[in-house]
Amino acid sequence: MKKKDGKFSLGSLGQLTIPLIAIALLVVFNLIRDPGFFSIGISHNSNGNAVLSGNIISIINGASELAILAMGMTLVTAACGGQDISVGAAAAIAGSVFVKVLKSGSGISGGTVILAFLCSCIVAMLFGCFNGTLVAVFKIQPMIATLILYTCGRSIAYWINGGATPTVTSSIVNGIGSFIPGIPIPTPVIIVVVMALLFKLLFHFTALRLFTQSVGINGSAARLNGIDARFIKLLSFIILGVCVSVSGCIGVSRLGLINHETLLLDIEMDTILAVAIGGNSLGGGKFKLSGSIIGAYVIQTLTITLYAMKVSSTDVKAYKAIVIILLVVIGSPVIKERFGRWISHLRQRRVKVSAKGAEEG
Amino acid sequence: MHEYLLTMRGIEKRFPGVLALNGVDFTLRSGEIHALMGENGAGKSTLIKVLTGVYQMDGGEIRLEGTPMVIRSPQDAQNKGISTVYQEITLCPNLTVAENIYIGRGKHPWVRQRDLEKRADEILSRLGIPARSTQLLGSCSLAVQQMVAIARAVDMNCKVLILDEPTSSLDDKEVKRLFDLMRDLKSKDVGIIFVTHFLDQVYEVSDRITVLRNGELVGEYLTEELPQIQLVSKMIGKELEELSNLGETEEKEIGKKEVFYEAKGLASSDALPFDFSIRKGEVNGFTGLLGSGRSESVRAIFGADKVTGGAVKIGGKPVKILRPVDAMKHGIGYLAEDRKRDGIIAELSVRENIILALQVMNGMFKPISRNESEAFADEYIKVLNIKTASRETPVGSLSGGNQQKVILARWLLTHPDYLILDEPTRGIDVGTKLEIQKLVLKLAEEGVSVTFISSEVEEMLRTCSRLIVMRDRHVVGELTGKDLNQTQVMKTIAGGEA
Amino acid sequence: MRKFKALFLVTILVLCCMLAGCGKDEKKDGKIKVGVVNNPPSESGYREANVKDMEKVFSEANGYELKTFYSQKNDEQLQAANGFITDGVDYLLISAAETTGWDEVLKKAKEAGVKVYLFDRMINVDESLYEAAVVSDMAAEGDTAVKWLLSLNLSEYKVIHIQGAMGSDAQIGRTGALDEQFASGKMKKVVQQTATWDEAEAKKIVESVINSGEDFNVIYAENDGMAKGAVAALDEAGITHGVDGKVVVIGFDCNKWALRELLAGKWNYDGQCSPFQAQIISDLIKSGKAPASKTIINEEKGFDAKTLTQADIDTYGLGD
Repeated sequence: MKKKDGKFSLGSLGQLTIPLIAIALLVVFNLIRDPGFFSIGISHNSNGNAVLSGNIISIINGASELAILAMGMTLVTAACGGQDISVGAAAAIAGSVFVKVLKSGSGISGGTVILAFLCSCIVAMLFGCFNGTLVAVFKIQPMIATLILYTCGRSIAYWINGGATPTVTSSIVNGIGSFIPGIPIPTPVIIVVVMALLFKLLFHFTALRLFTQSVGINGSAARLNGIDARFIKLLSFIILGVCVSVSGCIGVSRLGLINHETLLLDIEMDTILAVAIGGNSLGGGKFKLSGSIIGAYVIQTLTITLYAMKVSSTDVKAYKAIVIILLVVIGSPVIKERFGRWISHLRQRRVKVSAKGAEEG
Repeated sequence: MHEYLLTMRGIEKRFPGVLALNGVDFTLRSGEIHALMGENGAGKSTLIKVLTGVYQMDGGEIRLEGTPMVIRSPQDAQNKGISTVYQEITLCPNLTVAENIYIGRGKHPWVRQRDLEKRADEILSRLGIPARSTQLLGSCSLAVQQMVAIARAVDMNCKVLILDEPTSSLDDKEVKRLFDLMRDLKSKDVGIIFVTHFLDQVYEVSDRITVLRNGELVGEYLTEELPQIQLVSKMIGKELEELSNLGETEEKEIGKKEVFYEAKGLASSDALPFDFSIRKGEVNGFTGLLGSGRSESVRAIFGADKVTGGAVKIGGKPVKILRPVDAMKHGIGYLAEDRKRDGIIAELSVRENIILALQVMNGMFKPISRNESEAFADEYIKVLNIKTASRETPVGSLSGGNQQKVILARWLLTHPDYLILDEPTRGIDVGTKLEIQKLVLKLAEEGVSVTFISSEVEEMLRTCSRLIVMRDRHVVGELTGKDLNQTQVMKTIAGGEA
Repeated sequence: MRKFKALFLVTILVLCCMLAGCGKDEKKDGKIKVGVVNNPPSESGYREANVKDMEKVFSEANGYELKTFYSQKNDEQLQAANGFITDGVDYLLISAAETTGWDEVLKKAKEAGVKVYLFDRMINVDESLYEAAVVSDMAAEGDTAVKWLLSLNLSEYKVIHIQGAMGSDAQIGRTGALDEQFASGKMKKVVQQTATWDEAEAKKIVESVINSGEDFNVIYAENDGMAKGAVAALDEAGITHGVDGKVVVIGFDCNKWALRELLAGKWNYDGQCSPFQAQIISDLIKSGKAPASKTIINEEKGFDAKTLTQADIDTYGLGD
């Protein structure tokens, strides 16, 4: 911890440096590859609405579920120093509940959709509560605690609706997953913005950020300052539950069907990755939600780039892994410190040279 | 044979912005026990680290038996005959004693286990260490473990043995046994450097004392020619007069004030039942040896451990204090003994650390605004003279004394009626110690009750008007008025005629 | 992932066995005892239909006494099969989780006079150990679909090919025929990528092709869900599809909801890996004759939107 002069270490540029650089690199790479890659157009969808289209829209839209989950995951990571690996399975449950309620009525009105969302939200929060209790009260490692739901979550989702892939056909549901008539921006993107605002308000009108960080950094000290660490941890899981439910419902609404085996499949790893790329310590403590959100978009940009490059099916994951390894290594403390030292070294040199110049002049 | 075993001349060591050692001399003769004394930050540990190759010195010269030498690494120091036994035992508890003595030195991996054990037993019996070579190290007492560490050093033919705070976790009997061993080694011409903060032990075992202060040499003295009070004054320097003035300002009229806090039979998972009360504006202290239960008792008052019984009244009204937050709501603040573990939130800023307790009392839904919190932080950084680059600096990067001030600020900001300070002066520089003691007295004047605990009895005598003495987790005495002196405290602790 | 599920099912099974054991020990005269070892219905829509079909065909009304065991673990399946043999079933029907490890059990069955039929999946044992194997030919499915596609006689074929989880039987079977067309140059591969059976991923793949501005007129998705994802991308971009549209949409599995899309003319074709083997086996049992060949290929269905009827949906559709 040699931040004494603190001026030119990479850390002082902020924890958003790495994800922002990553996005910038991906953008530049794509522009070189295809100058039109980021053009945005207006097209008419099959309902005749004018909607925005283009790769940027695909990226921002496609990353919605990931971004929302990453926000919740950031909070859990900060408070508990561990990650919830059951978000994908829990989202499948939430999505199944959403569909179950939608299909239980005769028709689907706005009220049914709200009711369905609330039900799915409550169920997801209950499962969050379950995970949170294991972590906060029984002090089980988060990854181990959530392994239980990770293992059985999709089976539970199966029990809710039975097998196959139940579908819902409704213009309202379609509106949530795709476009609301008259609004050219994809609805999931709007939901992400709303969620981000909600988090912002949450942190503004409560002391949750300070308490969460305190618990994450030094649980013992937090306790002796009167913070109920158990409650904070539990709360983080419940909030993640809300995020899970929102993501699950978006996922279902996109296509109007729930496939318990594939809904948000493998998203837990991408979510954790988004948190890490966002410069948040996976060991808990200080956090930045914006970092995680950018992290989510980095991952999505990468995916869409690979699709656009038509990288063959079997190679996609390998390419993704290479880029991610690079990102994580560059963001590691060791490289950060070396880079910081190198910059301050350059800086000193420049000062010397200019001092010399001044003398001579 | 050279006159001096080890000479260090004009040792200099610089850290960014600090001159940690400024031309320090140190001389060690063979067959002597030489105490290295100084307050925290005086440069003791830096000097030791230069000698053992952990740090490279920036200037000066080290000679061993008259030969100049450069010590490149701890391994190098060991090879040259300079061995260190640290405060925390750095051996492996799940290996046997013999393995611990020979581990990492295996130039001959084919040596048979049994031969090693035989050799280990020889050394152990020669040094009179009560352990068998085949025993697991973890099954030995801490003292014996420490002795095994010494045996390891002796077996490496060390000429200079450095004992860094070896007695801090030992009881009296164990200390005595360790001293016997030290004397034995002394008779075998080993030079021992003894670093400790226990003055009595220095006088019991050492032949010579070297005192450092602020990175400079104060002087080298024969132990028998240096009275204890002189030693203290040399360690803390010109501050002594100021120190002695502190106590005199205190008026003993607290007896008339009303009782703020009263507990009967208070007990927790870690503390046996005890009675305790404190008046408004009173400063009292808990004293006793380590493990006597003094910290556990004040933790029970604050609800830091699981409270298992007792009746508590605050301002005459019965209250229940089961968790820290209960205590805080009744105006009690608690500065924990272990600053790193229980105090600071290292990665958060000075500002966030300062407002933490107040925020908890305000509750989750009434966050202190950014502007407000900045104002609070600036105010207390100024009032307590906290040395920090800015209020947004992570508190973990401040020095120990300044970290302690941040935590003090945190509790002062809650405007407590009763402040419990457990070892607020541990591990911080003399200047800050003084400031904290002054602050305690000032708070008391303003009507705040304070419980002040320090392992330095002197400090407590200066600040407290009443001392509660504990032994073996029981309160064994309460000293006030003319009984408040070192001798009486020692007697009470020792269980003499109190 | 299915440990918990399996455990639950085993528990239920044990309970059922106990109940059965308590109540009706007396012989059911004239009933043919059949033990079925299968994968659990939660595995897929296919399996659910498969299990339902078994239960329907081997009903008491049809003169059978049915015992079932569902697990995705080979060792659990082996144990259950052993149990059925000990219970004295007349016929043992197996869809094994893994192709190996079955020798012992099947030999034991032969000694006990229990006749063994394999369905859906082959096992790596000597042919003499079972009566017949009724299996799907995954490659035939792909062939049928591609033949149908060629029969449209489009002037050009520009295909977006969305694959299932790489290496799975269904993926390999459904990819093969199309790969041949790509190789021969008859069809042009616009893109060939895996969405690992994930609907949302399929949508992203098609979206990225649309964004690139490249032209295409066929979407060949290896299951219904992915076809639905692809169609959602088309809808958002306002590209027409189906019987009267620009893009031909092909899906697989024949879920009822997918067939309804066909009926509405929004999709063009749905192929099926038939889960209905029960009737074939039942016919063999009742006839008592050995089949001409030990391996019986179950006929695969493929539905064209133009000829599909509601009756087909009711008969062959999976799920609801």
